[in-house]
Order: sequence, then C-alpha cells, then structure tokens
Amino acid sequence: MTLLLPVFAAFQSQSGQEGGFWFPVQASNHADRYDWVFFYILIVCGIFLLGITVSATWFLFKYHRSRAPEPEPSPSHSTALEIVWSVIPAIFLAYMFWLGFVGFMEQRTPPADAYEIHATARKWSWSFTYPNGAESDELHVPLGVPVKMIMSSQDVIHALFIPAFRVKQDIVPGRYSDLWFTPIMEGEFELYCAEYCGKDHSTMQTSVFVEPEGVFNAWVEEAADFISKLPPAEAGERVFKMKGCAACHSIDGSVVTGPSFKGQFGTTRKLADGSSVTMDENYIRKSILEPNAQVVAGFDPVMTNFQGQINDDQLRVLIEYIKSVKE
Amino acid sequence: MYDKSQGVNYLNCERGFWSWFGTLDHKRLGLMYMWSVMGAMLVGGLFAMAMRLELFAPGEQYVNAEQFNQLFTLHGAIMVFLVIIPGVPAGLGNFALPLMLGAKDVAFPKLNRFSYHLWVIGALFFVGVLVTTGLDTGWTFYAPYSTLHSQTAVVWATFGAFVLGFSSIFTGINFIATIHKMRPPGMTWFKVPLFCWGLYATAIMQILATPVLGITLLLVGVERMLGVGIFNPDLGGDPVLFQHLFWFYSHPAVYIMVLPPLGIISELIATYSRKHIYGYRFIAMSSVAIALVSFIVWGHHMFTSGQSPLTSIVFSAITFFVAIPSAIKVFNWVATLYKGSIVLKAPMIYALSVIWLFGIGGMTGLWLTTLEQDIHLHDTYFVVAHFHFVMVGTAIFAMLGGMHHWWPKMFGRMYPEKLAQISSTLTFVGFNLTFLPQFVAGTQGMPRRYFDYAPRFEIYNQISSVGAAFIGISMFMTLWYLLWAIKKGKPAPANPWGAVTLDWQMPPIPDPHNFKDAPVVGDPYDMDLFVWSEDEGGYVPRNPVPGNPYQALPRSAIEEGTSSA
Repeated sequence: MTLLLPVFAAFQSQSGQEGGFWFPVQASNHADRYDWVFFYILIVCGIFLLGITVSATWFLFKYHRSRAPEPEPSPSHSTALEIVWSVIPAIFLAYMFWLGFVGFMEQRTPPADAYEIHATARKWSWSFTYPNGAESDELHVPLGVPVKMIMSSQDVIHALFIPAFRVKQDIVPGRYSDLWFTPIMEGEFELYCAEYCGKDHSTMQTSVFVEPEGVFNAWVEEAADFISKLPPAEAGERVFKMKGCAACHSIDGSVVTGPSFKGQFGTTRKLADGSSVTMDENYIRKSILEPNAQVVAGFDPVMTNFQGQINDDQLRVLIEYIKSVKE
Repeated sequence: MYDKSQGVNYLNCERGFWSWFGTLDHKRLGLMYMWSVMGAMLVGGLFAMAMRLELFAPGEQYVNAEQFNQLFTLHGAIMVFLVIIPGVPAGLGNFALPLMLGAKDVAFPKLNRFSYHLWVIGALFFVGVLVTTGLDTGWTFYAPYSTLHSQTAVVWATFGAFVLGFSSIFTGINFIATIHKMRPPGMTWFKVPLFCWGLYATAIMQILATPVLGITLLLVGVERMLGVGIFNPDLGGDPVLFQHLFWFYSHPAVYIMVLPPLGIISELIATYSRKHIYGYRFIAMSSVAIALVSFIVWGHHMFTSGQSPLTSIVFSAITFFVAIPSAIKVFNWVATLYKGSIVLKAPMIYALSVIWLFGIGGMTGLWLTTLEQDIHLHDTYFVVAHFHFVMVGTAIFAMLGGMHHWWPKMFGRMYPEKLAQISSTLTFVGFNLTFLPQFVAGTQGMPRRYFDYAPRFEIYNQISSVGAAFIGISMFMTLWYLLWAIKKGKPAPANPWGAVTLDWQMPPIPDPHNFKDAPVVGDPYDMDLFVWSEDEGGYVPRNPVPGNPYQALPRSAIEEGTSSA
C-alpha cells in the first residue's frame, strides 16, 4: 500500500488546482475525497486487469498451437483455488463499499447552518432563489460557506450536476430534493442538467460563480430589488433571462421552440385550433400562467406552466419588455 | 470417411416461404431470428453511426437536437429490445440448444414458432414508430417525460416492447422445459454444456422479470391515453415509481443479455484451447447465482433519483455480490488457457477479446455501485462506456464469436478464416478506440444524451467517432464474407473445431430431426475424444460409436468396455 502512495499523489496533484487527465478542478469540499476513492478503485482494478491480461497473453504465447501442438494434462478444477480467487476480491470489494458508504453519507448530510438556495428546473433553463428573495439564472455562491440547494422541477425530471464540485442530484416534479457543498475555489464552473429532459436537454446549462463573501453579498443585495430601481422594460429584460424564457423564445425573429417576440405585440395570431387572437397584455399574461390553452399555429403545446412561479411585479415588467421588443 | 453426399438435411428438406415462416424446426427458427436480428442491428447500427458523425464536433452539423434525440432513443430501443435480448437466446440459442442437449427439438415447437411471430409483430410496431413521429423518450421511457410531454409515438413503441416481452417470456418457458425434460438418458445436470446453463439462467429471468416490464409499459400507454395519473405527481402519482418498476425488469435484462453470451465464451475458450473447461461447476453455478442476485439490485440505477439513502446503501451492498461470480468466470477462462493448445481462429479472437472487454465492463461497474462514486458518474459518458463494454463488448462480441463458430454447422460451409481474423481484430481495436475515451469524457463530466457539448470534450468525441468508423467497416466486411461463405465457402467437415458437445457429433448440416437415436452422452469438454484427421480436414472421433461415424464413444463407455472384456 505504501508503495502506491506516490502513484496516488501523482494522480492527485494532476487533478487539484488545474484539473487533470481524469477530472476537472477540485472546487468543492467533496472533490478531494471523491478523487482519492476513485484512484483507490482504479489501482485495485488496474492490478486485477493487468493480472488477467498478462496471464492470458502469456498463456496464449506459451501454449499457442505452434509451440504446444497437443494440450498437456492438467487438472480441470480446484475448489481451493476457486475459494481463493473469490475471497481475495471480496475483501477489496467490501472496502470499496465502505468507502462509498462513508462518502455518500457525508454528501447526504448537509451542516445544519448551511446557506440555503432554492433551485427551480424547467425545460430548458434554471432559476435560483436566494434567502433575501433575489433570483438569478446563473448560480452565485459564497466562497468557503456550506451551501444547501433545495431543488424542485416545474415539469419533467431534471438533475443538477456540477462536475467541478462532484455533486449531482435528480430533481423530480412533485417533491423537493437537495444536495450540499462548500465551494473552495473562486471562479466560474459549469452546471449541467444530467437527466434527459427533451429537445434542448444539452443546452440546459448555466454557470456557477464562486465569489468571496463580500462580493457575493453585494451581488445578492442588488439582485433582490432591481425591479423597483430600473425602468420596467429594462427590469423585464432581466426577468426574461432569469426565468429562462430565452431557452425557447428569441428576440431577433428566429424561431426556436416557441414563437419569437420580435415585433409581435399588437398583432393578430392564428391559433392551433383555427381561431385567432390579438397579442395584448392579457394574452401574454395568460400564455405565461396557462401556456397551453391558446397555442400559436405551427407550435407544439410544450411550454412549462409558470403559475405560482412568477409574481405580479415580475409579470408586469416582463410584459413591458415583450412590448418593447420591436422591429 | 464420412459420406459427403449427405442427402436430406434441415436446409434442403423443404423449400418455399412457408416452409420457413411456418416451420416448427428450431434450427430454421434460429436462423430466421438471426437474420431478423441482423436486420434490426443494421438499422440500430446506422443510427449509432449517424450519432457519432454528429458528435464529431460540438454544435449542429448534420442533424438538429430533435433528430439527435430520436437517434439515440431509437438506437437504444432497437438494440436492446430487438437485437441483444433476442439475439443470443432466441437466435443462437434456438439453433444450438436442442443440438447441444441431444434433443430432437425444443419442448414446445409451436410455442417456439409463436415466439418468433410475436417478435415480427413487435418489430412491426417499431417500424410503425419509425415511419410516423419517431420516438424521443430515451429507451428508458422515463415518466413524466414519456407520459405527459413527449410528442412522439410512445404508445406504439411501448406496445411493441410489450409484445416483444411476450416473445421473450415464451422462449424462456420453452427453454426451461427443454432443459428439464428433453435431455437424453445419461445427461445429468453437470453434463449439460455451459452455454445451456447460461440459457437456463436467462430463461428464469425472462419468465420472472419480463411481465413486470410488460405491465409497466402498458401503464405508460394507459397514462398517455387516459391520464390515470399513476406516474403523474399532479394527480398524486410518483415518477420514481416508474423507475423502480422499469429497472426491476431492466436490470435482470442486462444479465438476460450477457449470461448466454458468457456461456458461449466458455464453449469457445475450451474448444479453441483443446482443454477441458476449468471449474465447470463454478462457472455453471455462477450463472445461476448472477441470475438470482440480479433480481435484488435494480435500485443501483437510482442512487441520485431521490430514493431514501438507506435503500441506496442496501442496493449498493447487494450489487457488490454480483462481482464475485462474474470474476469467477473470468478467472476460470484464463485457467482454461493454461497448458492448452491454443489456436487463434476468429471465434477465439472474439472470445479472448471478451475476457478483456468483460473485465473492463465489469470492473467499471464497481465505481458505479460505490455510492459516493456513482453520484459524480451517474448519467455521464462513464455509464455509457460501461454498459457498452458489457452489452456490446460482451454480448455482441460473443454473439459474433458464436456465429462464426456455428456457421459451418448452420450452412455446411466454412467462412474465410483470414478475413474473419482481420475483421474480428479490427472490431476489437475499433471498439476500444470508441469506448475507452468515453470513460474519461465521463469522469471529466460530460453528461450522456447530449446533442451539443463544451469544446473541452471534443477530443474524446473525435477519437470515439473514428473508432466507430472502424467498427462500421469491420461489421460490413463481416456481413459480406459470412453471406459469401453460405454460397461459395469451402464445404465444412462435420467437426472443424474439435468441439465435443453433441452439436458437433453429427453430420456437417444437421438432419431435420437432429438425432436418429438418442446420442450417447459423455463429458462435453473431454477434448481427447476427437482427433484431427487430415483426410476430413476436421476432427473425427477417436473411438466412434458403432454404426454412427460422427459420434464419439465417451471415456466412461470405453472404460466400461475394457473392464468387461
């Protein structure tokens, strides 16, 4: 075991600050232990695989028909040998289970004083809500502070995955799930949806910003009351991004999953059922709170329901913003 | 010398479409399964090639996100339900099981035909899916995406899989009855060849687990059409319940897919080393052990799903138990090579490849069942690589090895050995090139089922796509020379490999009813019973059974003869 420590160290240093062959950087408290256990299993498996491969190759060479025209008599069973090669791996396996169990319990048990952030997942965007009511589409977390994410989904199953933190948890509609971590490295990291959720699953990504506590606090203060401070259309643009509308609706006329908003306010829209409707404040309001009631012709009724997910102030400025998107 | 003008055999005894489609002969049904499965594999394989082409670079190249989701869904669904699950058990198993047991047919030939017809009906549903709106749920049909959100032909696909499930159940029932009741006198349980043990273990799982999948998929259909809400949280249902029900079948299904192939590997390694298989009883019992344990490990697919931590811990612990019988198989194969006389024919190249590929496939499973490790690796390319090593690197490689091994028995012709050696090596290299980099893409954090990816994942995807091209080329080459061999291959001797199982103790092409008299049964791995004959270009019995030049007198019969004389 002691002989293997330098090998461990080599793997470790590779994947610390810079990220290495196997892993991205170690940016949370879980990463160091995680990588250590990974390399333990890698070395155990590597030794067994090497043993199997070397003996098979050696036998293939030595007992190839060109060198061994006839098989030599040899026993075809040995209970003792079978027991030996069952018990030895079993010991390594038991230790693997134990390591996994301990690490898992650590990951499943957030500290009682953890800073709580709510995550909302929907096809195909993220929103994060902070204790003071601030909301964002990118995740901001304070450096060195334990953070507990409490997560829910508006539609299908999603999963929050931050590779640099080595954390992942499914987000199942109809219940809350959670995970926790302490960020230990400043910077910007990838956040993915890891559970297949339909068309734009692979673009359901955002960034995690780990900031020193002072910077984080200033940001979260500002983010809490921008609606009262900015002109409505400008605040609406932030809501538009924050709520993930841009995942399906463009503002430049191009058609993504849903209709573009460019120059549409006040026009008459043909609906899927053949009727038509004027796009006014009430139609926009209804399309957000009850999206699949009046679907524009040519589009699928796939939009997520925002009833209870958006407050009146946000709705008001969002409508102002959509009105402002002109030719 | 054998009589070369064999006369009537199972291939030429009857002609015409109905003599095949309406046949009761297990050998003809086996061949039809094989052709049908190869057809499905061609479609599923082309989808995989299209995916790899698209993933060669990040961003949108040839298909859009919606089409890509359809590609991976249909690739998965076709390969699992139409290719790997029926491929070895129903295809090669149907052909070889009664021959290896020394039986005239399976226990219920009409049920066997019905199974095949159900396969065809199930496949037609999938054709229906392909020509209508396709399918975009992933082969796992997770609710509520499949029940409430997908705009594709989910009901057709689930109903197709439901019908295919019954095809699989009936094959299982048939094989269990056959192995129990159709063995000739003298074939005790521990004289049953290991491929048959693999089929037996699989049959248990097919019968006990498949009905659960059937019900689950019907519920998805009912949920979509009637909105009963069993998986819908808005109506008090639970999406995670779907996962429990789905994996209760689909985890045993992994072993349904690999146990018969692992049985084939045991046959191949013993035959091409001309050595008695090492640890016969342990290999046989390890198959049964894996089959039984496989029923209580399904929760290891759901460590991040939100099931309770205690549940996860229990499933993790039980899953480690699968590793032991799997390791026993590998160790015994390596021990079989020791002091043998190894010849690297194409089937042996496939068999030795499987030792490496199953080794990696099995060992990478250890990370995924180690609770903490699975959290980061779950739903990444690490998982994709892991199950391809098991389901392709083991199941498909063994199927290819088995097809080459039995090709002379099926058609009475030899495949071109040199070409087969080249293409099997190319497949092995291509496979490693395709899937080894995906492990690293996974640990680096690339999620699976991603149409688009960050530039830092590009290198892994490029190597992977190049490897896939290798596999594609070698598969087309294999298909071409195997077809060529049926018409133009060298006529095969009765026993080209020196195998001792009963399927090789008969004329080059089997008679319609296999054995005229119940065969004399000996140790299926007593390689000494057959010796090479230059005249025949194959192996002949050292001491033939009187009146049957194809059959070898087993050692016990010879010893009895000398002691009484």
